[in-house]
Amino acid sequence: MTRRPTGWHAAKVTALHPETASARRIELEVPTWPGNDPGAHLDIRLTAPDGYQASRSYSIASSGEGTRVVLAVDEVPNGEVSPFLVEDLLVDDMLEVHGPLGSYFIWSPDSEERPVQLIAGGSGVVPLFAMAEAHALAGDASGFRMLYSVRTPADRFFASDLEGFAAHGSLQLDYVYTRQTPAGWAVPPGRITREVLEAAAWPAEVRPIVYVCGPTPFVETVAGWLTELGHDPRAVLTERFGGG
Amino acid sequence: MHLDGNAVAGALADAFGRDVTSAEASCGSCGARQAVASASAYVSAMGWVLRCVHCDAVLAVLIETEGHVRMSMAGVSSLDMPVAGGGA
Repeated sequence: MTRRPTGWHAAKVTALHPETASARRIELEVPTWPGNDPGAHLDIRLTAPDGYQASRSYSIASSGEGTRVVLAVDEVPNGEVSPFLVEDLLVDDMLEVHGPLGSYFIWSPDSEERPVQLIAGGSGVVPLFAMAEAHALAGDASGFRMLYSVRTPADRFFASDLEGFAAHGSLQLDYVYTRQTPAGWAVPPGRITREVLEAAAWPAEVRPIVYVCGPTPFVETVAGWLTELGHDPRAVLTERFGGG
Repeated sequence: MHLDGNAVAGALADAFGRDVTSAEASCGSCGARQAVASASAYVSAMGWVLRCVHCDAVLAVLIETEGHVRMSMAGVSSLDMPVAGGGA
C-alpha cells in the first residue's frame, strides 16, 4: 500500500452514466488527487446556499495513479446527499471531496500473494470492483473470487466489466439473487446462506484474505459465518455502509 | 443502525493529518485491541460516537456545530500505528 496524503480537493464532474435504475456512475477529474489504492473511499461535502453542509462517504471504483476518480452511487430514498448526486448532478459541476480515505479496507497488487475472497452486498460491490479491476490489470497471481449478493440481474453494478474479468480468468464470479433471478437460474431467489457462502468462497484452509462490504446486517451475518467456517477473524476485513 | 470506523475516516484524518482506520485502538474499558475501522460507529447529523466492538464502551465522540468540532478520545487507552515512511 502506498502512503498517500489525505486532503480536501476540488473535483469536476466529467461524465455521468446510469449504472442501474437507481444508481449512477460518476466520473470526476480531480487535478490535485494523489491517486488511491483499491478499496479506498472519499467524502463528498455539499453546501446549500444558506451554508448548511452535509457530507457522506462513497467508495471509489477506480484506483491507481492519476487524477480520474470514478464513483458509483446508489440513491438512498430520502437521503440528504445521494438523491442530489444521482438525479441533479450535471457534467461540469464542481464538488468538494475529501480523500483518499482508508488504509484498512485496501488491497494492493504488491501485497502478499494470498487468495482473495470478495463478498459484496448490493452497492457494497464498489470498493471490491476496484480491487478486482486492479488485480486484472496487474496480472496479479493471487486467486480472486467474488460472491455478489444483489436483488435482481438489473441491479448489478459493473456487470459487463465483471463478466469480462471472469471470462479472462482473473476472477471467479458467483451471484446470489435475493429478489429475482435470471431466466433458467438453478436456485430460487433468496438471501445468502451459510451453505452458499461455504460452497462459493475460498475455504479457510487456503488462508484467503476476505473483504466483505455491504449493509451492516449483511456484513455482520457473513463475517459471523466466516468465523464459524474457520476463517481467521483478522483476515476478514469488513466495511459497513448506510444511509446517505 | 451502526456502521464502522471506515465511516468516520474523514473526520479522523482531519484531526490526525493522516488516515488512521488501520491504526489499532485499545479500549480503555476492556483493553481489547481493534482496528479503528472495525469499531462500531454511530453517525448522526451532529457527529458520531465510536464504540468498542467487543464491550460496546465509548471509545471516541465527535460533535460538530457551526464552525467548531469537539472530539473526545477518552475511551481509547492507546492508538498504535506505523510511522509514516517507516520500515520494519
